[in-house]
Amino acid sequence: MSAGTLAKTGTMDKTGTMDKVDLMTLISATADTIAAHASELTTLDQAIGDGDHGLNMKRGFEAVRAEAEAFAAKPLPEALKAIGTKLVMTVGGASGPLFGTLFMALGKEISAEPNRASLATAFGKAIEAVAARGKSQVGQKTMLDVLQPVHDALLQGKTGAEITDAADRAADATVPMKALRGRASFLGDRSIGHMDAGGRSVALLVRAVVESIEGHA
Amino acid sequence: MSNVGIVIVSHSPLVAEGTADMVRQMVGDEVPLAWCGGNGHGGLGTSVEAIMNAIDKAWSEAGVAILVDLGGAETNSEMAVEMIGEPRAQKIIVCNAPIVEGAVMAATEASGGASLREVVATAHELSPS
Repeated sequence: MSAGTLAKTGTMDKTGTMDKVDLMTLISATADTIAAHASELTTLDQAIGDGDHGLNMKRGFEAVRAEAEAFAAKPLPEALKAIGTKLVMTVGGASGPLFGTLFMALGKEISAEPNRASLATAFGKAIEAVAARGKSQVGQKTMLDVLQPVHDALLQGKTGAEITDAADRAADATVPMKALRGRASFLGDRSIGHMDAGGRSVALLVRAVVESIEGHA
Repeated sequence: MSNVGIVIVSHSPLVAEGTADMVRQMVGDEVPLAWCGGNGHGGLGTSVEAIMNAIDKAWSEAGVAILVDLGGAETNSEMAVEMIGEPRAQKIIVCNAPIVEGAVMAATEASGGASLREVVATAHELSPS
């Protein structure tokens, strides 16, 4: 996902701008992966949560897909803010405000024509907003434990494949963690040994976005 | 109405409605009251849209205190307050208190004309931390 790779595959123009077609592709790819993994996400959430994560996420991302053209017609910051609001209103559960805030804050911070550096900065601010919304921090077995390594990989100039690997490894790394936030925290030590569903969702979304941008979707 | 309003947000519509019944038994119609529960799709959960509507329904210029059950109800309530925005947002507080006891105590305090700060403090006294 380096700027060079982006330019080479033609999904960003020479100034590093995502065009409207790409936003359509991204919406479709993210909705596809959430739909394909909805039952897996629900199973993860059933183990240590309230078991609604997969269905909730699928409902939200399908609602975004249903209005994809309207979102794609907006400039990138406004599109991301509108997508975030749609997720807040449709996902439900705690995931609605958390994933919604991720997109809303990203839209607030990102420039209309982001390059990798400005994307990384905006992504970092968006992660801070999610942490504030969830009153959480890295190490508490939440989506933050996947978002942060992805941000680190972005900052370190890693390739798309390295970023998706980092996300997958980070989701796996939530398995031995003890949950300190959310419904899973009620289980205490019994939350150990299960992957965090929100973290898994982040890893899925990251892979869908990276593969779309690099043209492998 | 000049009394502080009370909003009850539970994952379960049955819990929310039952809590509202208990509040009504204490304070009658002296306090603006609204409840919401469920994810809006027939399941357990909370909905930002439903919470925003409940805040509208229980709105008072004196402010609104929200009582919630589990984490998602709190997160969604905070999101709803943020989306309502200023100037009303500064008059809406999500209480850290048990939902049933908190709602009844807060509403009782509100029925006597207490300020939002006093109503919230009464609810917070029920929480150990």
